Amino acid sequence: MSLSRRDFLKFGSATAAGVAVAGEALDLAPVEAAATSLKIKEAKAVRSVCPYCAVGCGQLIYAKDGKIIDIEGDPDTPHTLGRLCPKGAATIQLSNNPLRPTKALYRAPGSDTWEEKPLDWMYDQIARRYYDAREKHFIEKEKNKDGLAVTVNRLDAIASLGSACADNEECYLLSKLNRTFGIVYHEHQARV
Amino acid sequence: MARTLAMFTDTSLCIGCRACQVACKQWNELGLELPEWTGTYQNHTHFTDKTFRLVRFIEEPKPSGDLAWLLMSDVCKHCADAGCLNACPTGAIYRTQFGTVNINQDVCNGCRYCVSACPFGVVSFNENTGTAKKCTFCNDRIHNGLGPACAKACPTESIQFGFRDELVGRAQKRVETLKAMGFKDAQLYGADSSGFLGGLNAFFLLLSKPSTYGLPENPKLPQKNIFVDSLLSIGSALLVGIGALVAFRQRGTGGEA
Amino acid sequence: MTTNLIDIQNSDVIMATSNMAENHPVGFQWVMKAKERGAKFIHVDPRFTRTSAAADIHVPIRSGTNIAFFGGLINYAIQNNLYFKDYVVHYTNAPYLIDPAFKTATDGNGLFTGFDAAKGTYDRTSWKYQLDGEGNPKRDLTLKDPNSVFQLMRRHYSRYTPQMVERVCGIPQAKFEEVAKLFCSNSGPEKTGTITYALNLTQHTNGVENIRALCMLQLLLGNIGRPGGGVTALRGHANVQGATDLELLYHELPGYMAQPLRDAHPDLTAYLEKETPKGGFWVNKPKFFVSLLKAFYGDAATKDNEFGYQWLPKRASADAYSHQHIFVDMYNGVIKGFLALGQNPAVGGPNAKLARSAMQRLDWLVVKDIFLTETAEVWKAPGTDPKTVKTEVFFMPAAPAAEKDGSLTNTMRLIQWHEKAVNPPGDVTSDAEFVCTLAQRLQKLYAGSKKERDRGFLAASFKYGSNPNEPEMVEVLKEVNGYATEEIVDKDGKPVYKKGQALSSFAHMTDDGKTAGGCWIYTGVTVEDADGKLINKANARKPADEKDYLGHGWGFAWPANRRILYNRAAADLAGKPWSEKKKLIWWDAEAPGNAPDKKGKWVGLDVPDFNPFLAPDAKNGDKPFIMRTDLVGGFFGPLNDGPFPEHYEPIESPVKNLLSKQQNNPVAKIWKVPDQKNELAGVGSTDYPYVITTYRLTEHHLSGVMSRYLPMLAELHYSHFTEISHELAKELGLTNGDMVTVMTPRGKIHVRAMVTNRFKPFIIDGKTVHQIGVPWHWGYNGIEQLPGSKGDITNDLSATVGDPNVYIQETKAFVCNVKKGVV
Repeated sequence: MSLSRRDFLKFGSATAAGVAVAGEALDLAPVEAAATSLKIKEAKAVRSVCPYCAVGCGQLIYAKDGKIIDIEGDPDTPHTLGRLCPKGAATIQLSNNPLRPTKALYRAPGSDTWEEKPLDWMYDQIARRYYDAREKHFIEKEKNKDGLAVTVNRLDAIASLGSACADNEECYLLSKLNRTFGIVYHEHQARV
Repeated sequence: MARTLAMFTDTSLCIGCRACQVACKQWNELGLELPEWTGTYQNHTHFTDKTFRLVRFIEEPKPSGDLAWLLMSDVCKHCADAGCLNACPTGAIYRTQFGTVNINQDVCNGCRYCVSACPFGVVSFNENTGTAKKCTFCNDRIHNGLGPACAKACPTESIQFGFRDELVGRAQKRVETLKAMGFKDAQLYGADSSGFLGGLNAFFLLLSKPSTYGLPENPKLPQKNIFVDSLLSIGSALLVGIGALVAFRQRGTGGEA
Repeated sequence: MTTNLIDIQNSDVIMATSNMAENHPVGFQWVMKAKERGAKFIHVDPRFTRTSAAADIHVPIRSGTNIAFFGGLINYAIQNNLYFKDYVVHYTNAPYLIDPAFKTATDGNGLFTGFDAAKGTYDRTSWKYQLDGEGNPKRDLTLKDPNSVFQLMRRHYSRYTPQMVERVCGIPQAKFEEVAKLFCSNSGPEKTGTITYALNLTQHTNGVENIRALCMLQLLLGNIGRPGGGVTALRGHANVQGATDLELLYHELPGYMAQPLRDAHPDLTAYLEKETPKGGFWVNKPKFFVSLLKAFYGDAATKDNEFGYQWLPKRASADAYSHQHIFVDMYNGVIKGFLALGQNPAVGGPNAKLARSAMQRLDWLVVKDIFLTETAEVWKAPGTDPKTVKTEVFFMPAAPAAEKDGSLTNTMRLIQWHEKAVNPPGDVTSDAEFVCTLAQRLQKLYAGSKKERDRGFLAASFKYGSNPNEPEMVEVLKEVNGYATEEIVDKDGKPVYKKGQALSSFAHMTDDGKTAGGCWIYTGVTVEDADGKLINKANARKPADEKDYLGHGWGFAWPANRRILYNRAAADLAGKPWSEKKKLIWWDAEAPGNAPDKKGKWVGLDVPDFNPFLAPDAKNGDKPFIMRTDLVGGFFGPLNDGPFPEHYEPIESPVKNLLSKQQNNPVAKIWKVPDQKNELAGVGSTDYPYVITTYRLTEHHLSGVMSRYLPMLAELHYSHFTEISHELAKELGLTNGDMVTVMTPRGKIHVRAMVTNRFKPFIIDGKTVHQIGVPWHWGYNGIEQLPGSKGDITNDLSATVGDPNVYIQETKAFVCNVKKGVV
């Protein structure tokens, strides 16, 4: 989606006055010209959804040169009308944040530090842990209450938690992985 | 001159969520402000160069014994008769075509007359830039057809943005409605153009007397003292020394290039 | 949530039991709009919050006594004849007759018929309808039969008088009566009210019954399925609804179908027989379940191998594997490896000290999150020597929504798509990429295995789109939506679906393997146009307008894009709106029917939650609750702890139960954990005399991972704190800002005391009971420049106890002590 003037004026439609404001001829005094360039004017805008509570406020994310420069409410959203709460208004700092690790990290048993590791190494190691746990602890058959052996194909040694922060598609993929792998300790925030 | 714009903050609709405070900070890229213990949810205690919008939290037991938690989003009033603008010796503080009051950062020399001239404690000094800072009414946004960031975010339309004359009409009706509902102290603050400071372009609907919210009941410009203050300020500016002057010159050059 | 946030504006009265203004501020605008249209707003909460500040009436209630309050309202509505009689008689099971052997808790001194003290469970034999000769439930439409649900309910709640509400809840009788009159009198054809709830009602050892009590009140007042009515369930996390639908929960598979149990479900036939009810829409479950198996296992799932049913893990017990089970079993060494993906149990779950101790015993831990959470750094927890923690930890940095495509389902079942704005930095990956890459690496390790137990996993595909490393999210959504696995033709041989084509409705799913679908309720979210182009309706972006106030053109609300559930109840028996003011859907007898020679259709402002062509006078044409076997709203609804909600005290309480001899929920789950990791305080403990409740603040998010590391949010509160009344502060010699120690038998925390008028002691049966409150957003990590962004973990105070139906913990009401200073 490219940012059009129409998108800007949406705010105004919430208060009739706003539209008229935009319609006013803007005859800038020289002193004001420098202060009135709009940082998001040349930015790419995409439609998004606030990642905090479950009201699901529509957001517009403005990005320039691969960096997010502004996130605000999407006025078209019928149930939120472009409004945000403080968390929604702070969403930009989830992305632009110096505290955010951008490398995969490993902490060895007993160590008191993290080590940066390549992604490929991490995936191999994690997969190996999953594999070993499954090979060692998998329960193929188990006796039922009547003492008969029943196929259960269950893995009790691995638990999975999360997440209500993940997208629907991601939740489905995790359900698919856990269940086809045999995992039953399979939960997320809705339980607590 | 275009029609005067205003923000009308209706505290009867405020839920104290502070979306305005954060949206302001995000849009204007204001830095981290260290909080302090206030004994309430409120932070921060006053306006600074990093805090242009500020939600006040006031617990006020009613005569009935019930409790009122008065919540108010405060901001620069963009006064029609603005102390900061009057006090500014360099012309950095100016009135925009929309009636809002702004500080041209390229012209400000950091003398801080405006800081002491503001009856509301709004204007602050930024040590890094050596200039005065305050709410710009999102000058960049209003000149491009957008409302201020705080008003846009406000979930309950406690902060309304529009043409001043229309907002005043709406505000007056709202006071009547609230009075009929039993809010006998409901009142407008700064809506009247013939009242104090020629009226405020960011005006308020309050549910209690202004002083309850920390607002002066009848704000006045410090006309009589300004000259003395100015002298003091000039004195301190001289003491601050050459650094500021150099900075000013550099800024000045940059601004004209 | 049965309703829609937008529709709150049509309410005549709104009763928030949640702290909506603080936790759902943007949704709260609809409450403010309703107020401006003249609606009254009631806030029922132990605390005076920002929601109370906006309320017409604030009703302080002692934490843990919600059923006493709702029971009081139910009793009030019945005694004062304020219920919506036509609705109750025809749309609920109020007239149904129950087995005469069943007796309510009024007759059983707090217990229903069938309690087995030795087992600690109920024998539910008598909790059933009387049936006529044809097997249909017997009814008495006069509601007078003493065994009718209505009369049993009346009798059950006859103890819940305004005086009793005052004694139990601490709500003065006059205030209760004022609120009861206000809420209950906004009922009937012309009026509706809604009730909001969130974790204030769920986090109790009778959490499910709390919700049921609320729903019963709404049924009694005829508020379900009608504009301005409904149950406003306010979920706390962006996709907690979606993660529930797609079933990141131990007990179910996507689309609310049971995860198989070893004893009950040895094979597919047994599963479908036991899990498919005889009436209601769930009779279609076999179609949904087989389609799910096809979505998981693809071509490998065939009729001959029970569509891969045996590859699914079977649970050994229904009482196992939940969040709280996880940390008890992890502590006990059953669980060796653990994935925490976007969740921070070191802070966010009950008895967090136990959770951290348990995680420190793991062989390995994988954490996927945006920031280095306390869970990722559990080996650095205060008081822990990292050398002693042998757990290997893998931290994979995660991408927030702004850096990926995908959909989120909000609290009103609305699926909304978000587009990627920028690429994630460095080695940051989406959760989808992580899961698919891990799955494919695992499949590589299992490649060539001929073992039956590995076949299902190897058959599951984790490739979506052309690049195996970067799954196409819209392709995943299409699998969730469902598609034809082969060409499907109608009875005349005309093609209905091409192979691979997205299904447009779950009504088209079959149980013969011809359709696959990962979550039947989502069907319709992706459809194909005439040219075969996939249309992602989650990304539909048409604003609401005067003709469509519910905004059907924005996103896709499951099921079938309907915005208000059970909306058949918005019309009377004959299919007419109960009133012009409250119209939503109605029967249009002249509209074209489902065949050229037929007329009549349900039409209106929403997608009917009903067979659109089933006339009101046809069989079951007057029964709106289509997801229930008996098609009517259930006042009588057997759960593990009873068919009617009954008040019991929280497991930890300063007072005795005044309503019966039964102090606690007799079937509540209380875990025994070794090493004194789950000690409990006795009733009226003098060591722990104060009620404590835990909660959230507007400026923070859950365990703080998405707020404590963000300067713009973290600067808004100085530090962790507890809210304390002036009265208690005086007793303890505290002034505002003093450091205090809050302690329970599980642990203690040091926080600053915020002394406030917004907390008041309760008078419970003539005795003063103090209650304090502590938000739970803090942990030992945060921003260095903001020392107050770090703080002690509130959940170190809470216990490992749970509701007997769903095992949620009791963090809204337990007991503590408070001491001045850091002790």
